Amino acid sequence: MQLKTFDDMRKLNPVIKVKGFATKHSIKLSERTLAKKEAADNFLTDLADVLLFIIRIVRETFSPDFEFKEFFRQCFQIGYKSLPLISITGAIMGLVLTIQSRPVLVNFGAVTMLPGMVAVSLIREMGPVIIALICAGKIGSGMGAELGSMKVTEQIDAMEVSSTNPMRFLVVTRVLAATLMIPLLILYADALGILGSWAGANIKGDVSFVLFFSQAFSHVHFMDLIPAVIKSFFFGAVIGVVGCYKGYNAGRGTESVGVAANSAVVLASLLVIIVDMIAVQITDMLVS
Amino acid sequence: MNTGQIINNEPVIEINNLKKSFGEQKVLENVSLKLFNGENLAVLGKSGIGKSVLIKCIVGLLMPDGGTVNVFEKDVTALSRNELGEMRQKIGFLFQSGALYDSMTVKQNLEFPLRRIKKNFTEKEIEEKIKEVLENVGLADALNKMPSQLSGGMRKRISLARTIVVDPLIMLYDEPTTGLDPVTSNEISSLINDVQKKYKTSSIIITHDINCARFTSNRIIMLSEGEVHKEGILKDFEDSTDPLIKSFFMLN
Repeated sequence: MQLKTFDDMRKLNPVIKVKGFATKHSIKLSERTLAKKEAADNFLTDLADVLLFIIRIVRETFSPDFEFKEFFRQCFQIGYKSLPLISITGAIMGLVLTIQSRPVLVNFGAVTMLPGMVAVSLIREMGPVIIALICAGKIGSGMGAELGSMKVTEQIDAMEVSSTNPMRFLVVTRVLAATLMIPLLILYADALGILGSWAGANIKGDVSFVLFFSQAFSHVHFMDLIPAVIKSFFFGAVIGVVGCYKGYNAGRGTESVGVAANSAVVLASLLVIIVDMIAVQITDMLVS
Repeated sequence: MNTGQIINNEPVIEINNLKKSFGEQKVLENVSLKLFNGENLAVLGKSGIGKSVLIKCIVGLLMPDGGTVNVFEKDVTALSRNELGEMRQKIGFLFQSGALYDSMTVKQNLEFPLRRIKKNFTEKEIEEKIKEVLENVGLADALNKMPSQLSGGMRKRISLARTIVVDPLIMLYDEPTTGLDPVTSNEISSLINDVQKKYKTSSIIITHDINCARFTSNRIIMLSEGEVHKEGILKDFEDSTDPLIKSFFMLN
């Protein structure tokens, strides 16, 4: 409802009703209240849409006629085609972490702790979060843009009228592929990170490959790896769902494609950080 | 003018009092029409009048706010998702933009609906069918091209091939000649008539191109302000003194 007259105000604002008149200030306040209400309504509507979207994904995943061929194609696209980027990121992550930490550890005479510290940091936190954020940028935006442009050019409608369920063909395959491939990419990046760390340790020191790796893995426990792997699956699912949701629900016009891709990256990155925070809390409670 | 014969007076699509709004914008207010078996029905009207909305309601891409849409005597609004899928197998929809799948070659675009709808086809039958429809649209050599390598007219032809590859009984054409030069428009109009004759289809052709309507239609309906403004054969429209129809035909 738009507030045009003081009568409109009186209907809405009980304080004004008592006083019998509305001031410019009170009109501004009520307009602000209405804007907040609208924002809250939109947020709740969006939230309901996302929940319904996730329910549809789960339902379609277990329905017959699973699109195996498209699923494997997506695994290839998400997993194999991300390898160069993930390899470089993983190796540099380990290298930089080692070069930055070494002087501090040398000061404390704890340079022998370097392999273990880097390995634990990479496996528990840095590997999963940084690779998930990279994937949110590469894979999330890719999904948002691809599905968004398919929506704008009526390709999703064309799929629907040719008796193909676009949710099953486009969304379920992408979400499952992301959920499966991103944890594998994270583990791969962790391994390359440790390799990069060994290279970093050899810039100013001399440590053998076998010694470095045995030192590194002697500090890594089962409970370092398992929570990290579990949260990686959630990162993958979040990136897949957000990318597909933003693309699938893109508006009309080419501008919507850019908006879908951009908002997919922003929201997926934010959710990765939030999921990480929750995962750390839960792990901390369970372990301690 | 189209000399195709209406097979009989049995309606394959029957729409009664169709209503559709988007928010507060009323698009279709009270549309009723019938499509008879074997005929080409052209739906004319200004841009934004709701012509595309009408055929999207027929195929279940949009749900009407009121009225009934019967396709082969089944109400589209009352069908389950599976039933709607079965019904769509009998309908071909040519999108305004062509809607070819960008990431697939022409061959893969044609295989996509074929493998899903004609599940009992062997590899040989699939190849033969693809070859047949590509020859019918005059693009037999485009098999391994990507959609981005095709011109606007070629995209429309391939899109038409993808639609007829599953032998639909009803064809819905959404502005098939929009954005094409007059020569290519005429070629597409000829193809629409060829499809009617060869595949014995009943068609609704959404257009604001009078030449296309003249050439392809057995019957014409004009929409205006959310309702059917006039219905008849081409001569009824050409002889009409109605200012809207006159201006439409004269300007075209």
